[in-house]
Amino acid sequence: MTDKQRLLIVGNGPVGHQFIESIVESGQSDQFDITVIGEEPRHAYDRVHLTAWFETREAASLNMVKEGFYQDNGITALSNEKVITIDRDAKIASTDKGQQYAYDKLILSTGSFPFVPPVPGHDRKNCFVYRTIEDLEAITAAAANAKVGAVVGGGLLGLEAAKAIKDLGLKTHVIEFAPRLMAVQVDEGGGALLRRKIEDLGVSVHTQKNTQQIIDGDECVHKLQFADGAELETDILVFSAGIRPQDALARQCELDVGERGGIVINDSCQTSDPAIYAIGECALWGGRIYGLIAPGWDMARVAADHVLGGIEQKTFTGADMSTKLKLMGVDVASIGDAHATTAGAKCYTFIDEKAEVYKKIVVTNDGQHLLGAVLIGEANDYGTLLQFALNKITLPEQPEGMILPSLDGSAGVGLGVDALPDVAQICSCNNVSKGDLCAAVQGGAMTVGDLKACTKAATTCGGCTALVGQVLNAELTKMGVEVNTDLCEHFPYTRQEIYHLVRVGEIKSFDELLEKHGSGHGCEICKPTAASILASCWNDYILEPKHASLQDTNDRFLANMQKNGTYSVVPRMAGGEVTPDGLIAVGQVAKKYNLYTKITGGQRVDLFGATLDQLPRIWEELISAGFESGHAYGKSLRTVKSCVGSTWCRYGVQDSVGKAIDLENRYKGLRSPHKLKMAVSGCTRECAEAQSKDVGVIATEKGWNLYLCGNGGMKPRHADLFASDIDTDTMIKYIDRFLMFYVRTADRLQRTSVWMENLEGGLNYLRKVIIDDSLGICADLEAEMEHVVDTYQCEWKTTVENPEKVKQFRSFVNADKSDKEIVFIQERGQIRPASEAEKIADTDLIAVA
Amino acid sequence: MSWTTICKLDDILPNTGVAALIDETQVAIFRVNDAIYALANKDPFSNANVLSRGIVCSIQGTLVVASPIYKQHFSLEAGKCLEDDSVSIASYEARTEGDSVQIRISH
Ligand code: SRM
Ligand SMILES: Cc1cc2nc3c(=O)[nH]c(=O)nc-3n(C[C@H](O)[C@H](O)[C@H](O)COP(=O)(O)OP(=O)(O)OC[C@H]3O[C@@H](n4cnc5c(N)ncnc54)[C@H](O)[C@@H]3O)c2cc1C
Ligand code: SF4
Ligand code: FES
Repeated sequence: MTDKQRLLIVGNGPVGHQFIESIVESGQSDQFDITVIGEEPRHAYDRVHLTAWFETREAASLNMVKEGFYQDNGITALSNEKVITIDRDAKIASTDKGQQYAYDKLILSTGSFPFVPPVPGHDRKNCFVYRTIEDLEAITAAAANAKVGAVVGGGLLGLEAAKAIKDLGLKTHVIEFAPRLMAVQVDEGGGALLRRKIEDLGVSVHTQKNTQQIIDGDECVHKLQFADGAELETDILVFSAGIRPQDALARQCELDVGERGGIVINDSCQTSDPAIYAIGECALWGGRIYGLIAPGWDMARVAADHVLGGIEQKTFTGADMSTKLKLMGVDVASIGDAHATTAGAKCYTFIDEKAEVYKKIVVTNDGQHLLGAVLIGEANDYGTLLQFALNKITLPEQPEGMILPSLDGSAGVGLGVDALPDVAQICSCNNVSKGDLCAAVQGGAMTVGDLKACTKAATTCGGCTALVGQVLNAELTKMGVEVNTDLCEHFPYTRQEIYHLVRVGEIKSFDELLEKHGSGHGCEICKPTAASILASCWNDYILEPKHASLQDTNDRFLANMQKNGTYSVVPRMAGGEVTPDGLIAVGQVAKKYNLYTKITGGQRVDLFGATLDQLPRIWEELISAGFESGHAYGKSLRTVKSCVGSTWCRYGVQDSVGKAIDLENRYKGLRSPHKLKMAVSGCTRECAEAQSKDVGVIATEKGWNLYLCGNGGMKPRHADLFASDIDTDTMIKYIDRFLMFYVRTADRLQRTSVWMENLEGGLNYLRKVIIDDSLGICADLEAEMEHVVDTYQCEWKTTVENPEKVKQFRSFVNADKSDKEIVFIQERGQIRPASEAEKIADTDLIAVA
Repeated sequence: MSWTTICKLDDILPNTGVAALIDETQVAIFRVNDAIYALANKDPFSNANVLSRGIVCSIQGTLVVASPIYKQHFSLEAGKCLEDDSVSIASYEARTEGDSVQIRISH
C-alpha cells in the first residue's frame, strides 16, 4: 500500500495534459500516484492546430506528449477508455471497460463537444463535426467521393472547417444563422469585409439562413431546406454551430452545474466537491465558459498549484478573450469590447476597400484608454493594441493614429515596450510576462529562439512573436550588449551587408572587396562567402584565377572531397530522369576508373574514389555522353526530386517529372548562402517528399501548390504552404523572387528554413514581399535571377575545354603520378578506402586505377 | 640536401597551393603574393595528403592554411596547428630563384 496521494485525471486533452505537466514541473510528482484516462484513441494532442493534420495526415505531428514522458515520470496513461460514473462517497471512478479507479483528488478535464442542431436529417450519413483527428479522417475519406461541401456555422471554427473542405478540392459553402460571419468577435463593418475576403477565396457565404431540414438531394447527397424557402445541395455537411461543455459526469455525480451547462468552479478551480476540480472547456467560472486554450491552461496551472498545497497561491480570475488568427489566409483579430458596449465608448474606424483592410478601435469616453479593437485583413498591430487595452496604458493624443496608415512611410505609432509594466502579459497562451522575458534575457537568452526555448513564449499561436522580439532587443540594449554579427575578423559586416556592398559597389573580386571594406588576407569563412556572393551577383566562372583561391574545398575542384583525399563525382540527372544509354555511359566510366557507385538520396548516381588528376578525364567522358556538372559540391541547387507523375502513375494529375526537369534546369548553378533542394510531386500522395524541401511543388487539379522553407537533415522542418493552385508562370515568378530574396538576405550557411524562422513576420511577411511586392523589389529580384539563368555554364565543360584549367587538377605539380598512399579494399564487389590498420597490414590493398 | 627546383612561380595561382613530390615526400607549396611556403602535405587529423588543397588565410596576423577535411589551421611559417598545441607538421625551406620555385628538404 502506498501513502502517495492518488490523482486521477479524466480527459486527456491539452488542458488535462497541462495539469500533469505542471505537477511534473513542480518537481514533486513523486508524491503522487498519477493516472490519466482519456476516451480518445491517443494521448493529448494539439487541438488548436487540428487543421494542420491535413498537411501531413499524421496524428503524430500534433502530439503534445513528449516521448517517454509518462514512463519517465511514473504516470499511468490510459486511452480508449471512458469514465462513466463517479462515486463521490467512495472516491471511485468506473469506466466503460469495467475498471475502477480510486482517487484522493479528481480532476475533470473533459473539454466540450460540438453542438449539432437537432434539425431533422442531422444524423444522415456524411454529416460530421470538426473536433477530433477521427473527425478529420472521416471528412477526408468522404471528400474523396464528393464534389460539394457545406459547413453549418460561420464562426471561427466553421470558417476553419470551410477552409479544410476547400483545400480538399470541394466546392464550399458556409451557412450562417446570424446576419454576418464571426458574429461573436467581429462587428458589422468588419463582418462585411470578412465576407468579401472569404468569397474572394471561392467560398460561398450564406447568412441569415435557418436550416429547417436535410433531405435527399437531386444532384448531391443532401439537400438543405432553409426557413426562407431557399435550398442548397451538398455531398458532405459539417456542423460547427458552437460547443457545449462536457459535463455529463458532473451531472451523474451531482456536482453543481450551470443552468446552460458547465461544471461550476471557484477561484481555485474546485467544484462543489472540494476533492474534485474542473478545468478547461468543461468548467464554468463566474458564469462563463472559456472556449480558448489559454484560459484552460491557466486553470490547469491554478488547480495544480492548489493540489500541491497552494505554494504559489495561484487563483483563476477570469481571462481575456482577445484573439488573433488567420482564417483562410485572412488576418482577423478582436480585442476586448469589440462591440463598444461600454457606456460612453467611442469608436474610430478605418476602411481601405482597395487593400481590403478594416480596423476599428473602441476607446473610453475621455479618449484616455483603449477598450477594444477589431482588425481584419491586417493585424500587425494586434500585440501593441492588446497591451494598451490590458495594461490601461494612456493613449496618445490622437488615438486614431494607431490604426491609420502612415502616409510618409514612417513607422506607425509603436508601443515603446519600455512603457509596459513588468507584469504585462506578453504571451497569453503560455502566460509569460515582460518580467519573465527580461529575466530570461538577463539569464543569457540572446535570441527569440532562446526565449522560445526557455520561456515557451511565442510557441503556441505565435501572435506575440513580434512583441517578444521587441522586449528582447530593448532588454539587450539596456544591458549594453552589442551583438557581434561580424562575418569574421577580416570583415566587420554581416553576410547581408557584404552582399549589398558587392551589389551596390559593383565589386567584382575578393581583392577589391578586401581592399575597400576588409583587412588582412581573409580566411576560410570570408573567402567562400565572398565567392558565393560574387557568383550570385555576377555569375562568373568560379575557377577564374581571381576566384579560384576563394573557393571552398569542394568548389575548388568541382567535386566533393572524401575522407582519404579522393573525390566523388555526381553528374546532373535533372528530375532523376536518365536514359538507358546515359546509365550505361555512367556505368562505363565507373568501371573504367574503378569507382564505387551508389544511388544518392537525391535521385542520381554518385561515383566515389576518383583522384584529383582523374577528375578532368572522367568529366571529359561524362560530358561527351551528354552529362553536366551536378553541383553536388556547391552551396547551390542540388537536386529537384520528382515522382513519376501523370505520365505513368494512375493517380498523377500533372507531369511532375517534366516540371522538375524545368525547375532543375532553370536554377542549376545558382550560388546561394547554403545548398538548395527542391522536389515536385504529381499529386497529394507526395511520393517526391516535396514538403521536406526548400522549394516543394505538389500538383493539384488546377495547377500547383507551392511549399517553401522545408528541410530534412539535422533539424527537419515541414515546408509551409505558400500559395495554392497557381499556374506555372506564377510559380516560376514566385520561386525566382523567393530564391533571390533568400540569396540577398540570409546569413552564411543558413538554410531557408532557419532563415524564414528568423524573419520577423515569418511566412506572412514573406508572402507580402513575394506576392504583394510590399518592398517594391520584385522586379529587381526577377531581373537578377534572369541574369543568373542567362549566364549559366557547365563549370566542368568550361574546365575540360581549357588546358590551363586542367593543369590545376594535377596531383603533383612536378610529377605525372597519382598519390600512392591512396589505397582501397574490396567490399561487396566494389572499392572502399582502406583504414590505417589495413594499410599497415598491407594485404589485398587495391591501388588507384 | 640541396635545393630542388619544383616548378615555375606561375604554376601556382596566387593565394593557393600545389602538391609536389620530392623523392617519396609529398610537399604542399603555397604562394602568398610572391612569397613561397612549404609544409608537409599530409593532414595529421585525417592522414590524407590534402593540405595543398586548403584555403590560405590569415588568423590574427598569422598566415595559415585550413585543412580541407576538418578545417584545422596550420601556420605556413612553422607548421604549428592553431587548434592543438601538441600537433605540428613539418615545414620546409622554400624560395624563388628567378621565376623558379625551389624547396630544400633537410633530413
Ligand atoms: C551523397 C549523399 C548521400 C547518399 O549517398 O545518398 C550526401 C552526401 C553528403 N551530404 Fe547530404 N547527401 C545526400 C543527400 C542528402 C539529403 C537527402 C535529399 O537531398 O533528399 C539530405 C536531407 C535533406 C536536406 O538537406 O534537407 C542531406 C542532408 C545533409 C546535411 C544536413 C543539412 C541540414 O540542413 O541539416 C549535410 C551537412 C551540411 O550541408 O551542412 C549534408 C552534407 C553532405 C556531405 C556534403 C558531407 C561532406 O561534407 O562530406 C556529403 C558529401 C557528398 C559527396 O561526397 O558526394 N547532407 N543530404 C546524398 C547526395 C544527394 C545528391 O544527389 O546530391
Ligand atoms: C478546429 C479547432 C480549432 C481551434 N482553434 C483554437 C484557437 O485558435 N485558439 C484557441 O485558444 N482555441 C482553439 N480551439 C479550442 C481549443 O482546442 C480548446 O480550448 C481546447 O482543446 C480545450 O482543451 P480541453 O483539454 O479543455 O478539452 P478537449 O480538448 O476537448 O479535451 C477533452 C478530452 O477529454 C475526453 N473526455 C471527455 N469525457 C471523457 C470521459 N468521460 N472519459 C474519458 N475521457 C473523456 C475527450 O474525448 C477529450 O479527448 C480550437 C478547437 C478546434 C476544434
Ligand atoms: S505523388 Fe502521386 S503522381 Fe507521383 S508517383 Fe506518387 S501517387 Fe503517383
Ligand atoms: S500569445 Fe500565443 S504564443 Fe504567445
